[in-house]
Amino acid sequence: MSSNTSLGGASPHAHDRSGVNNIMFNVCLALAPVTAWGIFLWGLPALMMWVLCLVSAMAAEAFCLYLRQQPLSRLTDGSAMLTGWMLAMTLPPWCPWWVAVGGSAFAIIIGKQIYGGIGQNLFNPALLARIALLISFPVPLTTWIDPGVSPSFADAISIVFGQGPLSLANADAFTGATWLGDSKAAVKGGADMLEWLGANYSLHNGFVGQMRGSMGETSALLVLLGAAWLMFRRIISWHIPVALLGTLALLALVSSHTQPERFAGPMFHLLSGGAMIGAFFYATDYVTSPTTKQGQILFGIGAGAMIFAIRSWGGFPEAVAFGILFMNALTPLIDRVTKPRVYGRNRRGEAVAHVSAQRRVN
Amino acid sequence: MLTATLVLTLLGLALGTLLALAARYMAVEDNNPMAKEIEQLLPGSQCGQCGFPGCGPAADAIATGEASVTCCPPGGRALAETLAKMLDIDLSTLGESPEPLLATIDESLCTGCTRCYKACPTDAIVGASKQIHVVVSEACTGCKQCVDTCPEDCISLHTPEVDLTRWHWHKPEAA
Amino acid sequence: MMLLGMGRFRGGVHPKTHKLDSRELAINTDVPLPPMLYLPLGQSTGDDALPLVEVGDRVLKGQKIARAGSRMSANLHAPTSGIIKDIKPVTMPHPSGLPANAIWLEPDGQEEWCELTPPADPYQLPHDELAGLVEEAGIVGMGGAIFPAAIKLRQGRRFEIKTFIVNGAECEPYLTTDDRLMCERAKEIVEGTKLVRHIIEAYRAVIAIEDNKPDAIKAIKEAAAGVGSIEVVIVPARYPMGSAKQLIQAVTGLEVPAGKRSNDIGVLVHNVATVYAIQQALTLGKPLISRVSTIAGNCTGQPQNLEALLGTPISHLFDVCGGLESKPARLLMGGPMMGQVLTTTDVPLIKGSSGLLALTQKEVNEHVPSPCIRCGKCVNACPMGLLPLEMARSSRQDDFDNAQEFGLRDCILCGSCAYVCPSHIPLVQYFEYAKGELRDRRSEADKLTLTKQLMEARNERMEAEKAAKLAAKQAKKKKDKPKRAAAEETSDSEATAAVAEGETES
Repeated sequence: MSSNTSLGGASPHAHDRSGVNNIMFNVCLALAPVTAWGIFLWGLPALMMWVLCLVSAMAAEAFCLYLRQQPLSRLTDGSAMLTGWMLAMTLPPWCPWWVAVGGSAFAIIIGKQIYGGIGQNLFNPALLARIALLISFPVPLTTWIDPGVSPSFADAISIVFGQGPLSLANADAFTGATWLGDSKAAVKGGADMLEWLGANYSLHNGFVGQMRGSMGETSALLVLLGAAWLMFRRIISWHIPVALLGTLALLALVSSHTQPERFAGPMFHLLSGGAMIGAFFYATDYVTSPTTKQGQILFGIGAGAMIFAIRSWGGFPEAVAFGILFMNALTPLIDRVTKPRVYGRNRRGEAVAHVSAQRRVN
Repeated sequence: MLTATLVLTLLGLALGTLLALAARYMAVEDNNPMAKEIEQLLPGSQCGQCGFPGCGPAADAIATGEASVTCCPPGGRALAETLAKMLDIDLSTLGESPEPLLATIDESLCTGCTRCYKACPTDAIVGASKQIHVVVSEACTGCKQCVDTCPEDCISLHTPEVDLTRWHWHKPEAA
Repeated sequence: MMLLGMGRFRGGVHPKTHKLDSRELAINTDVPLPPMLYLPLGQSTGDDALPLVEVGDRVLKGQKIARAGSRMSANLHAPTSGIIKDIKPVTMPHPSGLPANAIWLEPDGQEEWCELTPPADPYQLPHDELAGLVEEAGIVGMGGAIFPAAIKLRQGRRFEIKTFIVNGAECEPYLTTDDRLMCERAKEIVEGTKLVRHIIEAYRAVIAIEDNKPDAIKAIKEAAAGVGSIEVVIVPARYPMGSAKQLIQAVTGLEVPAGKRSNDIGVLVHNVATVYAIQQALTLGKPLISRVSTIAGNCTGQPQNLEALLGTPISHLFDVCGGLESKPARLLMGGPMMGQVLTTTDVPLIKGSSGLLALTQKEVNEHVPSPCIRCGKCVNACPMGLLPLEMARSSRQDDFDNAQEFGLRDCILCGSCAYVCPSHIPLVQYFEYAKGELRDRRSEADKLTLTKQLMEARNERMEAEKAAKLAAKQAKKKKDKPKRAAAEETSDSEATAAVAEGETES
């Protein structure tokens, strides 16, 4: 009944040489510049946190594969390492070891393997873990460090494996809120957004990444560099990021024009928080985003709108993770309604109408 | 407080009565009408390969869940899946269907006694008295009745051979 | 609106063409005769052809040796003169490696033609007679479809064909047979195009060629220059441009409605090689006895385009090309995108063999599949607008109805999806499996219907026999009173036996 080759055997007998591990490798490569920048800004604790995330994510994956009696060689697809890496990018650079380890384990076990492993999860595992951490441990998850503070090795050890940055004597001197958190609190306290922006915000610093924030989110420039690489390698397409950032910018433009004292403009929204890295790296996650181009545009618009809404009126200052996770939940629905039109059929799946070419004479 | 208790009690009573009445007057007949429908789908050759005396009893058994929907070899996978859909059985729990069988006559032994030919419920054996009989495979259901009647023991059942027209790719091994 | 659709179809891929090895090589028409030709009786759609010769007969080159077994199949002719050695199974060029009946012809080296009777002026003959000549010549779709060309011509006669498209896209990697045919035999192809257009009375004839074949485009344009109203349309090189549905869309902007044929929208498509064969039949009276095939792949010593007799063992053809340099990872008939695996080189060249490839593992690039990551590359690559990932998932779960719904019913098995799948999931194999299982289901259902009809017919007959017996008994009763007791005894027991039998069987 079957061919004598152990593998498939049916056509096609050619392949474009892409591979899952190749894709994962390229995404990691694209994340390398922002990672390096994060380590440069925040020194050894950031490096340790990043390594911890990678290692513990892979360990959790290995553990799950073992439990599910699947080949450990699956680890080589790189997806677990990437999940750990992506989680690290969303965390405050000096967060303690148990946040990194617990978060990675949560991302892999609850975020991915519970659903049935790679390709099956509904939500982006890294973002799911970040949100779980944020809700469970708000203090370490919102302790932001001034850029350029580089502690000694001993201090780094005590930050990561001890009591965290707040235990340091002069913690107040180099910790604070992000722009988004600061501006939100200020406006809530009755301040004028325009004044706040004038006093605190710098377009240049936002673009280059000289500001407080998660390890990977600060530098729009380096995120764009990585994104350009991914687009060049045709690993991601423009649809989701452009739709997401475009929607966010448009909403910010309209609202800042109508109420400039309450709302910040588009550039502020695009360059602060995780908007850039979220749009290019997290919203484009294959597994949890729609498969069709139309669906991806819908997804991007929805995520952009959610991000703006939560940033403006929600309880949390940052909203990229929430916005993307919300759209992750809608992805199956979007996929259903944006099925491509089949050749020879209309949108409803009926054969397209045609004028019969039946010859009347003869 | 009292009003609430009263309203809820009354509501409970009213709905309970409604349910009781519904159970009484709208009850589904116990002698399963499904069995009739199933019997319509079965081959009707009464071959007994399912282990029941005929298609009627088999239909009853399938309807009540005593017999598996895959119990009918002549019906094949197509019938099993139709029945599974009708009875709302998850396709993935069906398991393998038995392979359909075909009868063949060993021409060197056949004496042309016509017994098999008369016994065949689907007229799948052609031949005449004193001539070698041949099985028409398109019509044979593998019911074994010819095998039982043949005095020469020259009929055997076998699974049909795969030829070029029937061959297709097997399912790839799961990733 | 139509203009917008020109030259385009949805999805598609750009596989590495690998055509450089053989595109410059002239067709080698000098393949030495093999010691034996094996001519399978099943070389077209429909039933096997029926042999017209017996073992020991001497046949002449071009002599009809088997006639079409049914309406959908085609005649078979002797590719050379020689002796019929046997009519018995050979291994078929098919992934199953199963045998099928074939005529074994031992060439005598004389190459003695039978008498050819080409029409003096084919344009003077009635259209139907021309279609009949094509049928007689045993011509089938040479691009691999192996559907009898005459049937398509006759169907075309019944429709008002606005556009007749000659398919010179040849989008499969490695294959350069159509390319070379167009370069070297452009005049014949243009003449064939004219003939077919005449037969089906098409308003417009288009020879569509992919833009990566500049030599072919030039040759055909030159040959068509003198001939009125044959257009050469250059289509972008993109797989699967050579698929009829996609080519129709690219050339006319029209889509063939689901479940319909191209005729229904006034379009007919024939492959370049088929048109060439039709020209050979109608102007020279030559039946289809040979074909051009590309022998290539990195395991092949020296790739070639060669014109070989049908029935030539493939091992012989590889020997002509310098033999196999190493054991191929994959031996194929056809191109790498839609070609079929061969289990051995001991199989004959048949009418549908557009190419024979011996590929290395590096060329095939097969990997152990990993789970789907829902990247959607298959959805974007699908030229039909289907959801290959969902079709494969449903097929894996044997949920064929769902698979159909997600697009299996419209799938052309072009393999674009599997080509781009980063998880290396054998998507096409899932679809082949599901289509095969659905075919099995249909034949089982048909058989069940047949069984029921036969049962009913039998029961009716039994009833009638019983009634007749009863009537006879009654008549006998009246006539033959003295012997009544004994007679009743026997016929009664017969009747009860019949009733009992009827009950168990109804």
